[in-house]
Amino acid sequence: MGELVFIFASACLINNFTLAYFLGLCPFFGVTGRLDTAFRLGLANIFVLLITSFAAWVLNTWVLPHAPYLRLICFIVVIASTVQFVEMAIKKLSPTLFRALGIFLPLITTNCAILGLALFQTSRGYGLLEGLIYALGAGVGLTLALVIMAGIREENDLAPIPRIVRGTAMSFFVAGILSMAFMGFAGLFSQTG
Amino acid sequence: MALRKKELQFWPEMTKGLWKENPVFIAVLGLCPAMAVTNSLINGLVMGAATTFVLMGSSLLVSALRKVIPKAVRISIFIIIIATFVTTVDFALAALMPIAHKQLGAFIALIVVNCIILGRAEAFASRNPVGVSIADALGMSVGFTIALAMIGGVREILGSGSLLGVDLLGEHFEPWAIMILPPGGFLTLGALLMTFAWVQSKAERRRAQAAAAANVAEGRPEKRAA
Amino acid sequence: MSDGEPTSLRLVATMTIAGLISGLTLVGIYVGTLPMIQRNRAAFLSRAILGDSEADDERDRRPLLPGAESFTTMELRGNELVRFEGAEGEAPAGPALYMAYDADGQFVGYGIPAEGPGFQDTVALIYGFDATRRVIVGMRVLESRETPGLGDKIIFDEHFLSNFEALAVEPTIVPVKKGERSAPNEIDCITGATISSKAVVTILNRSTEQWLPRIGATPPAGGQS
Repeated sequence: MGELVFIFASACLINNFTLAYFLGLCPFFGVTGRLDTAFRLGLANIFVLLITSFAAWVLNTWVLPHAPYLRLICFIVVIASTVQFVEMAIKKLSPTLFRALGIFLPLITTNCAILGLALFQTSRGYGLLEGLIYALGAGVGLTLALVIMAGIREENDLAPIPRIVRGTAMSFFVAGILSMAFMGFAGLFSQTG
Repeated sequence: MALRKKELQFWPEMTKGLWKENPVFIAVLGLCPAMAVTNSLINGLVMGAATTFVLMGSSLLVSALRKVIPKAVRISIFIIIIATFVTTVDFALAALMPIAHKQLGAFIALIVVNCIILGRAEAFASRNPVGVSIADALGMSVGFTIALAMIGGVREILGSGSLLGVDLLGEHFEPWAIMILPPGGFLTLGALLMTFAWVQSKAERRRAQAAAAANVAEGRPEKRAA
Repeated sequence: MSDGEPTSLRLVATMTIAGLISGLTLVGIYVGTLPMIQRNRAAFLSRAILGDSEADDERDRRPLLPGAESFTTMELRGNELVRFEGAEGEAPAGPALYMAYDADGQFVGYGIPAEGPGFQDTVALIYGFDATRRVIVGMRVLESRETPGLGDKIIFDEHFLSNFEALAVEPTIVPVKKGERSAPNEIDCITGATISSKAVVTILNRSTEQWLPRIGATPPAGGQS
């Protein structure tokens, strides 16, 4: 049980996918203008991550040991299909959300975090439950980073920022400071036994 | 009047990727590798080289096959092409440069979701002949590699006191360790973007002053309607 | 792009052909690079267990177990340690360790890989175990992402590494503050990198807990042929 908690906390806080591994940066800098959009995109990501983790486990256990060179293609096909499916589902269930997310929904396919999760899960040899917890932790961490960034950017909209820093450069400095803050989580689990 | 599609030339299409439309600094794409593997200059260069191989190969193939790929499934075909090139480069690095392969780890495979590659395939290579597509891919690749080299160089000098593994700053330099850790990536890119914005704003101011001076010299009113 | 609405058959055919070409290319690349990749892996393992003769650091030139000149890979099948019959550089599927021999073919000890969470991320290491004396005789960190300048001292700090020259593993290894080492099963932690040091101890303890019941002083059958 402690191992699972460690996996979750590691993916969410200690080695946050966005702030420590630099995954999922396109939405991080692109769609964090508004807080509620960022939050909902985060949720969509969590869903895709969980499905990807499960599919990756299935592939790794039964299909890929026979053809390791097909790993990348299989993973990306699964991710693309999942995102397509999620897109159709959101379009049907909430057209407003679909419009709000716009181009960023299909862009979840090229979100490094999804493929990154599948690859990391494979290289660490996680089983089914470990993989799902890892995906959940990664997704929650992603959402956390998105929401914090969106909140800060909403606040900064009205702040007097010097012209040369305004825009992208400012976002990077904020991200750098956030990354430093999250480094404080390292050592959250002190292994003594 | 029938409009003829503008003939694209090799050289301008290539050089635009170097600076004007630099994928990292201007379009802010391909960020994941730009910061994850730039904790040292050599890592940045290897990643740049690997991405170059994939970008040029896939652009060439997409452009060559552009008339036979059905529109409906083009994105899937692009992804298959790109994934094949990426898997190739992954195995090639594992065989030929095992240490670099270990350093870059999963990020070599992540080239497949580098927005730059799919973006160029969709926006350019699928609509233009092979010659200029190669030019476009080459320019973007070199621009990308230059960006990675700049970030990697700054981070390695400040964070390890060395460049390409060669110790530059000597014994008494206390390495600024944060630079080779994740925050360093964000801060370096932010600082570089800020520097470029500053340089551009100075250039603009100089241009505006020169234009205003020219107007005054020729006796024209200060502001001219465009 | 082709004009006119292509039939579903055309779409499926295109995708299938693309998939086939891609698959064939990848099979070719895989088969072509496999020998080199396996050679690289074998070389990496050899450097870890037998020492790297071209390394700058004297510690890296020394083998993991004193006198080791060759090794064989053993894997755990069921409850038995059997010799791994794979190609050189191929990795066994289950838990594995290495049996090291000196120049005369005499068994000198086990090389056991282990990994676990460190301060920042997973730490992978390999340690040499003398089964007769029941002590660890060497430890080498293979992979780590610990904090540069602090945690990464577990890789090369002289004093820390000297802990592992005759380290008793029974009942367990105990980490103590630097300079306070008094018993053969204690190790001095690195000041300022306690958590990384303790992580190494935990990894070693868990590994010995797993392997000790299965390995005795005499090597299992199927070792050096």
